[in-house]
Amino acid sequence: MAALEVQLQLTLHSPDRSFELNVDFTAASQRTALIGPSGSGKSTVLQAIAGLLPQARGRVRVGGQALLDTPRGIDLPARERRVGVVFQDYALFPHMTVEQNLQFGLRRLGQRVDAGHARRVDALIRQFDLASLRGALPRNLSGGQRQRVALARALAIEPRLLLLDEPLSALDSPLRKRLRHELAEMLERVQVPTLLVTHDPQDVEALAQDMICIDNGRIVDCDPLPGAV
Amino acid sequence: MHALFVPLWLTLKVALFATLIAAAIGIALGWWLARRPFPGRSVVDSLLMLPMVLPPTVIGYYLIVLIGRNGILGQYLDRWFGINLIFTWQGAVIAASVVSLPLVYKGARAAFEEVDGRFANAARTLGAGELEVFLRVSLPLAIRGIAAGVMLAFARAMGEFGATLMIAGNLPGKTQTLSIAVYEAVQAGNDRQALWLTLVISLVCIGVLVASGRLLQARH
Repeated sequence: MAALEVQLQLTLHSPDRSFELNVDFTAASQRTALIGPSGSGKSTVLQAIAGLLPQARGRVRVGGQALLDTPRGIDLPARERRVGVVFQDYALFPHMTVEQNLQFGLRRLGQRVDAGHARRVDALIRQFDLASLRGALPRNLSGGQRQRVALARALAIEPRLLLLDEPLSALDSPLRKRLRHELAEMLERVQVPTLLVTHDPQDVEALAQDMICIDNGRIVDCDPLPGAV
Repeated sequence: MHALFVPLWLTLKVALFATLIAAAIGIALGWWLARRPFPGRSVVDSLLMLPMVLPPTVIGYYLIVLIGRNGILGQYLDRWFGINLIFTWQGAVIAASVVSLPLVYKGARAAFEEVDGRFANAARTLGAGELEVFLRVSLPLAIRGIAAGVMLAFARAMGEFGATLMIAGNLPGKTQTLSIAVYEAVQAGNDRQALWLTLVISLVCIGVLVASGRLLQARH
């Protein structure tokens, strides 16, 4: 069964332009990259899959399960989709420690952290080598540490799908090279279907088994690469 | 001393309750209007800012039309619950909360708009509903800006004069707040008392302004 099936139509309006997205693709591999130049609509696709764009129409299925199916009236809200997202710049909650960031998705409002949650967080802290940073605030972390926390936080909810939005774009070049390698190793160990969005062919080579190309809101042929960098 | 303490106590009581009401309403409205545009948003915004630019006596007049004994709401409050707000300290609370509402609302809206929307989205993908997003993410991240607005509202409520006088009148020991007591002391030629009252209210307001300025500064 294909890991991820996506058919999406939506129009985004901003004061100076309107952007029309119409994509149809299937990601069969465990790790797929969606590559395209900036403004091509790749991050929009990712947000729509996560359930963050209420105007999205079409179908999104993960492992056969429908998250969005407009003709059948299915549109799960983001909180019910169990789709882990690593945002561009990571979007770690700045007022919470590393540990609290990891707990966020496990503990609902007014709930205490129970033993099962604590074990899950401990396991992630070990897996991502965060033991010494448990009590640290995101602003005191390096770029690489932030990336690990963001990935661990997204995995805490045991997602059925993992989405990475330009995971390396926040970093400068030498660091990017090192972290690309680190991220590749981490993703290798994570047994969750992953879709990552990038504009950089080197990311695709290091992180993904397969690629899908997007330009101007449409899926396009990958040869040549759209907006080749 | 008594002439100083009674209006001071009443003023603090009125300002505190008024600030609580203005904070609850202003924070909720600030959050709602900061979320996303909707038709008529700028009209709602203008209406909420109106108490800041209207003469306080005009606000007082509106309030009499609304909650006076024969007012639009007041007649039902009187008939059904036997509640009359005119010439009471509770009426003064309502007057003060209306004039201080724009300060909370404006501060809260700006603070919520400054919070990066991606934090709320991250919370949603982690399973949080909208109330949880508000309580665990948006509110804590906006709290400094909100607190600064709330403190300004408290200072404004303490200094309220016009609308309070229209609604609650000038009953010493009952509805006579500091600012009204100053007015009366000056009218009566009681300069010493006016001076003391003025000093007290000035000191409290300076304290509030310094504190709210620090809160805002620490944010940047």
